[in-house]
Amino acid sequence: MGLLDRFRVARKGSASVARERLQIMIARDRSERGRPSYLPKLEKEILEVIRKYVEVDPDAVSVNYEQDAHQEVLELNIVLPESAQRA
Amino acid sequence: MARIIVVTSGKGGVGKTTTSASIAMGLARRGHRTAVIDFDVGLRNLDLVMGCERRVVYDFVNVINQEANLNQALIRDKREDNLFILPASQTRDKEALTKEGVGRVLDELAQSFDYVVCDSPAGIEHGATMAMYYADDAIVVTNPEVSSVRDSDRMLGILASKSRRAERGDEPIREYLLLSRYSPERVARGEMLSVDDVKDILALDLLGVIPESQSVLSASNAGVPVILDEASDAGRAYADLVGRYLGEDLPHRFLEAQKKGLLSRLFGG
Ligand SMILES: Nc1ncnc2c1ncn2[C@@H]1O[C@H](COP(=O)(O)OP(=O)(O)OP(=O)(O)O)[C@@H](O)[C@H]1O
Ligand SMILES: [Mg+2]
Repeated sequence: MGLLDRFRVARKGSASVARERLQIMIARDRSERGRPSYLPKLEKEILEVIRKYVEVDPDAVSVNYEQDAHQEVLELNIVLPESAQRA
Repeated sequence: MARIIVVTSGKGGVGKTTTSASIAMGLARRGHRTAVIDFDVGLRNLDLVMGCERRVVYDFVNVINQEANLNQALIRDKREDNLFILPASQTRDKEALTKEGVGRVLDELAQSFDYVVCDSPAGIEHGATMAMYYADDAIVVTNPEVSSVRDSDRMLGILASKSRRAERGDEPIREYLLLSRYSPERVARGEMLSVDDVKDILALDLLGVIPESQSVLSASNAGVPVILDEASDAGRAYADLVGRYLGEDLPHRFLEAQKKGLLSRLFGG
């Protein structure tokens, strides 16, 4: 690669890096924006229900939300302790 | 019935006040009765850019609190009979702008004006949401820079979910991209996001591109909206942009780098 080409690559760099970073950032921002606002409350209430039956950690319940053109998916994850104690 | 235009951005210092002053002046010069409101409570910049700071007696918050009526607070522009400025107050607390109060003032303005331009403060908090809440159109001022583009996208999210139109399920706010402080030379060298990059990322209609220009500072030094500097690139770009907003089909100017010398041809992309 000649010296001039090297300059060109370096120069080309920063705007295209900016573009790529923005595309990723904005895709993430937008998917978070689309999340239903009830998710935190839903998570809390599910945790309360689970705890009536099983002793679990406060962070044992996680709710994930994903959306694409065709469907919305609500994914619920509950981590039970090694030996789940029945209350 | 006036059309309410918010000039907004999220990020600070990108050119909202410069834009509000020029667009309001441009609309007024084309014969439309126009009011421009400074929503930046506590800072008060618009009157400086418009050059009417010494004529401020009452302000937006006085009108909201019914300590003065609109006619007492509106300042008529000395250059353009169709143009009125409603200044922000310098001292009061930002919560003085209430949804009801702002709505009342806009309703009253809407009866006798064609356009009301709302100069939003920076941020996505109270002041900025008050400025956009009643808008029909939004001009999203963006600089070709990562944080500005990202904040513009956040603002688009807010326009789509928190405005009166969104809450009522009416036709959504019309959103336009205004790319400001653009430097075609730096874009040609690959150092700056291009118009197309920003347009694609934000998926917005391009209302206009304002070049980075020294004329903006000279104009604000003099208290003259830069659109009145018809010899300047930025002034002409704002005039085109107002035409486009009013439905004229004008080509975008000032997007190409100046004719290149040998050196920049060697080093440019
Ligand atoms: N096209 C331009 N070329 C050069 N300088 C510019 C341009 N547009 C704006 N500026 C300068 O940038 C600075 C900020 O502009 P302005 O006050 O209009 O931004 P703002 O978005 O209203 O800021 P704030 O968020 O603080 O309200 C000013 O000094 C102004 O002169
Ligand atoms: Mg401003």
